[in-house]
Amino acid sequence: MGDLTSLVFKRLGLGLLTLLVVSILIFFAVELLPGDIAQAVLGQGATEETVNAMRQQLGLDRPAPVRYLDWLAGAVQGDFGVSLVSGDRVSSAISERFINTLFLAAYAAAIAVPISIVLGVVVALLRNTLFDRVANVLTLTSISSPEFFLGYILILYLSVKTGMFPALASLKSDMGFFELLHRTFLPALTLVLVVTAHMMRMTRAAIINLLASPYIEMARLKGTPPWKVIVRHALPNAWAPIINVVALNLAYLITGVVLVEVVFVYPGIGQLLVDAVAKRDFPIVQACCLIFAATFILLNLMADVGAILTNPRLRHPK
Amino acid sequence: MSKKNQNLIDRIAEEARKGRISRRDFMHYSVAAGLTASTATGLWTTSAAAQPKSGGTFRWGIHDGNTSDTHDPGTYLTRVMIFLAHTHRSYLTMINGDGSLGPDLADSWEASEDASEWTFKLTENASFHSGKKVTADDVIASLNHHRGDDTTSAAKALLTDVTDITKDGDYVVKVALSRGNADFPWLMTDYHLAICPANDDGTIDWKSGDGSGPYKIDNGEFGVQFSLSRHDGWHREGAYFDKVEMITLNDPNARQTALVTGDVDSVSQVDLKTMALLQRDPNINVLNVPSAGAITMPMFCDTAPFDNVDVRNALKLSIDRDDIIEKILFGAATKGNDFHHSPAQPYWPDDIPQREYDPDQAKSLLKKAGAEGLTVSISTADSVSAGAVDMAVLYAEQAKAAGITINVVREPNDGYYSDVWLKKPFCLVSWGARPTPDVMYTLAYKDDAAWNESHWQNERFNELLLQAKSELDDTLRAEMYREMAMLARDDGGTIIPFFNNFVYGARANVGTPENLAASWESDGARAASRWWFND
Repeated sequence: MGDLTSLVFKRLGLGLLTLLVVSILIFFAVELLPGDIAQAVLGQGATEETVNAMRQQLGLDRPAPVRYLDWLAGAVQGDFGVSLVSGDRVSSAISERFINTLFLAAYAAAIAVPISIVLGVVVALLRNTLFDRVANVLTLTSISSPEFFLGYILILYLSVKTGMFPALASLKSDMGFFELLHRTFLPALTLVLVVTAHMMRMTRAAIINLLASPYIEMARLKGTPPWKVIVRHALPNAWAPIINVVALNLAYLITGVVLVEVVFVYPGIGQLLVDAVAKRDFPIVQACCLIFAATFILLNLMADVGAILTNPRLRHPK
Repeated sequence: MSKKNQNLIDRIAEEARKGRISRRDFMHYSVAAGLTASTATGLWTTSAAAQPKSGGTFRWGIHDGNTSDTHDPGTYLTRVMIFLAHTHRSYLTMINGDGSLGPDLADSWEASEDASEWTFKLTENASFHSGKKVTADDVIASLNHHRGDDTTSAAKALLTDVTDITKDGDYVVKVALSRGNADFPWLMTDYHLAICPANDDGTIDWKSGDGSGPYKIDNGEFGVQFSLSRHDGWHREGAYFDKVEMITLNDPNARQTALVTGDVDSVSQVDLKTMALLQRDPNINVLNVPSAGAITMPMFCDTAPFDNVDVRNALKLSIDRDDIIEKILFGAATKGNDFHHSPAQPYWPDDIPQREYDPDQAKSLLKKAGAEGLTVSISTADSVSAGAVDMAVLYAEQAKAAGITINVVREPNDGYYSDVWLKKPFCLVSWGARPTPDVMYTLAYKDDAAWNESHWQNERFNELLLQAKSELDDTLRAEMYREMAMLARDDGGTIIPFFNNFVYGARANVGTPENLAASWESDGARAASRWWFND
């Protein structure tokens, strides 16, 4: 187990380094965008005088590296600064949005992960039957359609035509938990459709891969029923790739959902990031991107740890 | 009267009550059904004209909102903030539904003889949501927010002529101008000039979101939604709804779905492509209001080949406005005539001949200028307006008949107004509605204006602009604006293909007044205080 702890710490250290590099890249990428915050905020109404006055008030007249180091000095102490546009603290501007995003991701994951793994096992069991083919075609169709299109289709049939679910997923503070689940069902379902195919097919492939192994042959020969062969004998050895794919998809549920947010008017972090980029509001952009980067780093780490825990051989590298 | 006609009239009255037909149509149909004109008029006032009712929560889906919006009136930019400002704050004056200028915080106003000093008498009934009375100090601080060297307000250019703002008692504000401006009270309707509570040091408190408008903000999140409830101390008529919810709906499809499913009661913009389909839905009224907003296509008059007036006019003659309005705007526009003065503004000259599509004349003008086979580039982007790129491509096709090659350059949406507008010699620009021709001409056509987007210099035009500005006699002013329109049309460097309509929608149970203001979408941004529920 000691190896595992040292691996976690090593990876966390590398993760921090990655975050630093990401923050530098993001900062200079925002600098490279045409126009700056003063022009973006004043828009068509900008004149040279007002733009200059605003740049001075925001400290944008200082050179870029100085501004970056200034931000970094705050960031290492946990202070991510204030939004240049609104003057609010970045943490307070982001926290509620991020919680919304996490909620939607958790909602979608809670449906998608069990369904796709169970479905994956079932199609592995019934491989090359009609059921396998239909399940594959359906999930591949849903992953191949753009997610906003899936969203529109769901809105058309489940909202406009039947009125079963609301088309707008706008949140109110006084909503009960079940009302919340009802209101956010369509965006969650869209995300489920987008991520299911990937996880299901990986489960199927990993299991089928193992079915040719001698020990599975052995299990079959001693008369184990087919479902038990797969669940008891094949699945435990198939976990590593499945966990990896699940982690990747979980990361996608957090970082890649801006289109779904737009279609369903859901106040998540993706829309916040897009708006902040449009206004060149660097502290918000930076914080959002670091959250996304950290999500990927942590989920990858968790996938590796999970793979090691399910496969004792990996704990003793040769 | 026959039974059949009585039924018909009942049905017409019912339609009118629901706001589906206008007064003019009502009169027309009633007379056709056998009523006399005076009976029809009586019927309109007693039964057909919808009577406002109080109550309900108005859910209002608004396009164009951003999480980085703020309550600072100097940097209002998005529709959501402009509409919110007209709902929770007040202005000195307001544009009425019929296009006239009406009182808001100011009860009355008058000018000195040369229109260089204006006196506004404030109403004594107005109060902020915090309970404080609105006084001259608040007005002065709010106007000063847009003046001075260190202001970051986008309305600074509007108030450059203001030399001094003083008070005479708590309810009189005097504004001194460096030169006469007969339109000054109209300027006070500009969306930036919202009145906020003054701090002791003469600045304003905009952060708290306090205002003196018909509704007060209960809670809200920028770029998401705002919940408001009626302000009992509102000093004017209207504000029939108990509560208002303003929801940011940037996605056209989300907006339309929300209106169709009844998740909102009104949306501030309807996609023109699906306008005709929405009109067929009996639960929805599509409101189509001609506005003073326009698409302009400025050419730099000091840059070849546009420095030759014949070339400019050839380009103006090679655009088929009817075709563009039909194909790009689906009919929801007023034809432009190359002067930036719309029929929705006061003093509009109605006797100027319309410039039509005439590639042959364009060809002969080019021949005269020695510029046959002209090739120019036009810059555009989809962010200018829906269909702006398609429109430029269509124009390029139309201009081929005059032997002109137009290369359509598609610029990035992001940063269009900082990197393309005023920098590229020929581009597409979208202008919001301005209240008067003077404001528009001063902003974008005056010789030394920062946004003189066509670099047009015309001595007579600028002379008339200054004269008209301080002229208090309406007839004389109208004559001057007519001459200026002719100059802009025949010598200016701007093609104005059309003035776009505002097209928005409401559920059928939403009552709307007969006249809808043309200054912004949603009844001049004041739907929350001017509309009501019928049942």
